[in-house]
Amino acid sequence: MAGQDAFGPAAGARADGDCGVPSRLTRRAFLTAGVAAGGGLLLTLHLGSAEAGELAAAAPAAGAQLNAFVRIAPDGIVTIVAKNPEIGQGSKTMLPMLVAEELDADWPQVRAEQAMLNPIYGEQFAGGSMATPLNWEPMRRIGAAGRQMLVLAAAQTWKVPVTECDARSGVVRHRPSGRTLGYGALADKAAALPAPDLRSVTLKDPRDYRIIGHFTGGVDSARVLEGQPLFGIDTVVPGMVYAAYQKGPVFGSRVVSANIAAVKAMPGVRDVFILRESDPEAVFRMGLLDGVAIIADSWWQTQKALETLRVIWDRDSNVGQSTVGFERQAAALSRERPQSLVRSDGEVDKALAHAHKVLQASYAYPFLAHVDLEPQNCTAHCKRDGSVEIWAPTQNPEPGRKLVAAALGIEESRVAVHMTRVGGGFGRRLLNDYMVEAAMISKRAGRPVKLLWNRRQDIQHDAYRPAGFHHFTAGLTPEGRIGVFRDHFVTFGQAGKVASSAGLPRSHFPAGFVPNLEYGQSLIELRVPTGPLRNPGGNALAFAFESFIDELAHAAGRDPLDFRLDLYGPARVLPTVAPPGRPHPPFDTGRIRGVLELVAEKSGWRTRQDLPRGTGMGLACYYSHYGYFAEVVKASVAPDGTPKVHKVWAAGDVGRQIINPAGAYNQVQGGILDGLGAALHQAVTVENGRVVQENFNTYRLLRMREAPPVEVHFRISENPPTGLGEPALPPVLPALCNALYAATGRRIRSLPIDPRELRGV
Amino acid sequence: MALTITVNGRAREVESAADTPLLWVLRDELDLKGTKFGCGMSFCGACTVHLDGVPTRSCITPVSRVGTAKVVTIEGIGDTEIGGRVKAAWLALDVMQCGYCQSGQVMTATALLTRAPKPTDRDIDTAMSGNLCRCATYTRIRAAIKQAAGLPTDDTREV
Repeated sequence: MAGQDAFGPAAGARADGDCGVPSRLTRRAFLTAGVAAGGGLLLTLHLGSAEAGELAAAAPAAGAQLNAFVRIAPDGIVTIVAKNPEIGQGSKTMLPMLVAEELDADWPQVRAEQAMLNPIYGEQFAGGSMATPLNWEPMRRIGAAGRQMLVLAAAQTWKVPVTECDARSGVVRHRPSGRTLGYGALADKAAALPAPDLRSVTLKDPRDYRIIGHFTGGVDSARVLEGQPLFGIDTVVPGMVYAAYQKGPVFGSRVVSANIAAVKAMPGVRDVFILRESDPEAVFRMGLLDGVAIIADSWWQTQKALETLRVIWDRDSNVGQSTVGFERQAAALSRERPQSLVRSDGEVDKALAHAHKVLQASYAYPFLAHVDLEPQNCTAHCKRDGSVEIWAPTQNPEPGRKLVAAALGIEESRVAVHMTRVGGGFGRRLLNDYMVEAAMISKRAGRPVKLLWNRRQDIQHDAYRPAGFHHFTAGLTPEGRIGVFRDHFVTFGQAGKVASSAGLPRSHFPAGFVPNLEYGQSLIELRVPTGPLRNPGGNALAFAFESFIDELAHAAGRDPLDFRLDLYGPARVLPTVAPPGRPHPPFDTGRIRGVLELVAEKSGWRTRQDLPRGTGMGLACYYSHYGYFAEVVKASVAPDGTPKVHKVWAAGDVGRQIINPAGAYNQVQGGILDGLGAALHQAVTVENGRVVQENFNTYRLLRMREAPPVEVHFRISENPPTGLGEPALPPVLPALCNALYAATGRRIRSLPIDPRELRGV
Repeated sequence: MALTITVNGRAREVESAADTPLLWVLRDELDLKGTKFGCGMSFCGACTVHLDGVPTRSCITPVSRVGTAKVVTIEGIGDTEIGGRVKAAWLALDVMQCGYCQSGQVMTATALLTRAPKPTDRDIDTAMSGNLCRCATYTRIRAAIKQAAGLPTDDTREV
C-alpha cells in the first residue's frame, strides 16, 4: 500500500515466491561441484542466464577471486561468499547463516568472504530491504545441496545406505555404527560427486534450525574493534596519493577559473586541475560534475590547500533556488487545481459536499541528507593498460562500474570493483558519484588515488530526501468513517517528470479503503538532486498520512486504534499496484491488524487514560518493503516546548522466521531512533541555490541522552521472511507527533518539530 | 622537524607538520586505521582516542599538542583490563551495525568505566552523548556499558 518507490536496481524482479515475495532462483540456475585449489569442495552457482554467462566470461581478473559460493577446505573450514556489500544491515552475517544452516555447518568453522563485483553472483546490492526476500530460498538450497553431497560421500566411504547417515555441525554420522567423519575429511570425495538439482533438495523443518533463529554476532565485529582496515576510507594501495575534489556549492555550477598556481604552491600538493561535468544533467544522475581536484601527499594537505583555493563559478538560474521560494511556490500551487491526478476513485467533490464533517490540513516536511558517518570516498587506480581497479564503500557497485566505464570510455569488463565494508549507507551509496570522481582523478594523476570528501562536501553534495507539501481534505460519515479523502501533493520534478524519490504511489493507503478518493499532484521545478533515503517515500509520507488519519480519528470522536482497525476492515488479502518492473505482494489487512493489536497490548494503549497530565501516547502503522509495523510513542513536553520521548513500542510482522535476532532487533531499534532524530532535528535548507548546513552542529543526529527505550515485538505469521532495514522507520514519526497531540492538544503539521509550537501548554 | 609521540606504549617518530591533527597522523602516517574521521570538528566523536586516559577528539588535536601524553587508540585499548571488558561486552551483545563509530564509542565507554565503575543511566547519557551513531545503536551501547560494568543490562530508566 505504502511507499514502494523505486529503490535499488531490482527492476525486472519476478514474483515467484509464495505470497508474491520474489525469490530469485531462476528455473535455469544450477550448481556445479569441483575441487578447490589446495583441496576440498567448491560449490559454484550458475545463474543460467545468457547475460550472466557472457559477462562472467569477461569477468575482471584483478585480485583474488572466489568464483563460488561455498568452499569446504580439508581442515573443515567452510568459506561462504558474501556477495552483497555490508553496510551495517547485517547481510554479510545473515546470508552465510542461511547457507550454513542447511549445510549443517558448524558456525564457528564458517568464514564469510566478501565477493568482488562479478556477474557470476547475480545482483549485488544493499537496498530496498531486499537481501532477505531475494536470498531466503536460494541460499538455503545451495546449503542443502552441499549437505546432501557430503552425506553421500560419507555413505559411499562406509559403504552404507545414505538413509542411515545424518549430518550435524560439520560432522556426518552413521547412526547404526556411531562412526563419524568431518566435512573436511569428506570434502575431496564430495567434490567428485555431481551436484544435485537445486529444486530437488530437501530443506529442513524449521524446528531443527541450529543457526537460523539464533542470536549470531556480526562476522567482522571483532575485527572492527581491533581497528582493522575494513572500511573504504581505510584502503591503502602502494604508491597511492590523496585527493580532494571541490564542486560548486550551487548545484550544477561550472568552473570558470581557479587560482590553480597558488594552490599548487601549498605544502605537499602535487597537482591541481579542473574536471568537467560529463553532461548538463549529470547533477541529477549523480555523475561527474565540474570541480577542482587537489592531489597531495597526505589528505590533510589537501584540506589545507582547499582553504587557499578560490574558484569562480558560473552563475546560472539555479542560484535562485531556495527553501523559502519552494514554500511560496507550494502555497501558490495548493490554491490551484493539481497539475495531474495520480488516482481518482468515486465522486470526491460530491462526497465532500454531503459529508457529515469536513477536515482540512496541510502538512510539510523538509529535504534531508543521509550523513553516512563514513564520508563518501573511493580509491581508484587507472592503470597503464587502460584497466581500472576500484575500492569503494558502495551499496550498489554495478551502476558505479557503468559510470566509470562510460566516463573513461572503456569496456565495463576493464573495471574491477572491490566492495569494502561500508560506514553507513541509508541509500546515499546506491549512487556512485564519488567512484567516477576518483577514477577520473586517478586517470589524470597516473597513479592510485584515494579521494575523501570532508563533512561539508558530504552534506552539500548529497541526493536529498525530497521535501513535500500535502494538502488534505477529508469528509467523515455520520458513523465516524472516512467517506472521502483528497490529497493535493505538491512535490518536485524536472521538466514535468517527478524527481527521484519524490512520488506518491497510487496505491498509498488509504487508497482502496475509502470509496471516494483523489490523489492530485503538482510539481515545483527543482535543480537540487534528490534520491532514496532509508524507506524512500515512506520516511516522509507516513508522517503526513498517519498524522492526518489521527486527526480524523479525533474529529470522529473515536479511539485512533479502533478507527484504524475499522478502516482496514476484516482480515483479507488485497491486490496492490506495483510500479513497473517491481515485484509487489498483495496487502494483507490481517497482518496490519495483527501488529496494531500487538503493539496496543504491549504498550498498554487501552489504559493510557491513566497517564499523568501532560504525557500522551500516539499510535501509527505503516506497510512498506514487505514489512508491517505498528508503533506507539509515549511523550511529554518540557515547559520550553522541548519534546521528551519516554518510550517507543514496536510490533512488526516480517513473516515466519526472524533469521538473526541479533541483527533484527538492532535494525528495528536503530530504524526507530533514526526516525525520531529526523522528526526532532533534521532539515536541509537551500539558500541561493546552495545547501546551508555544513556539519553535525546544524544537521543534528539523535544523541544518547535523547534515545528512549525501544521495546520490539515480532508477530510471527505464515509468510516468507522479509527484510528489516527499512520498514520499522516510518511509523515512529507520526506516532511521536500523535503522542505530542495527545499530550498537549497541539498538532504538529511540519517537520522537524519546532518546540516553539509546543511551548506553554 | 620530527616529533616523537607515544602511541599504545610505543614511541613513534612523526614527520607530519606540527599543525596536522593527531587523527591524520595516526591514520595516514602511522597506519592505525581504527580511529575514524567523521566530521573534523569534534561534533561526532568517531575520532576519540585517549590522551593520558582522557577521551580526546583527535580530529582537532594538533600533533604538536600531544607532547608527552600517552596516546591510546582502539588498537591498544583491548590491552587494558577495562577496555578488554568493554570490547567483550560489545561483541557479546552484538552492538554494531555499520561499526564506523564504534571505536570512538568503545574509547569513550572505557574512559567512563575507568572513572565510574558502576555508572548510572544519567552517567551514561552524560559521557556518551558526544559520540554519534548514525545507525543509532544507542540501545545496545547502553546495555553493553552496563554489561561491562557487571550491572543488569535492562533499561531501567523511568518512562
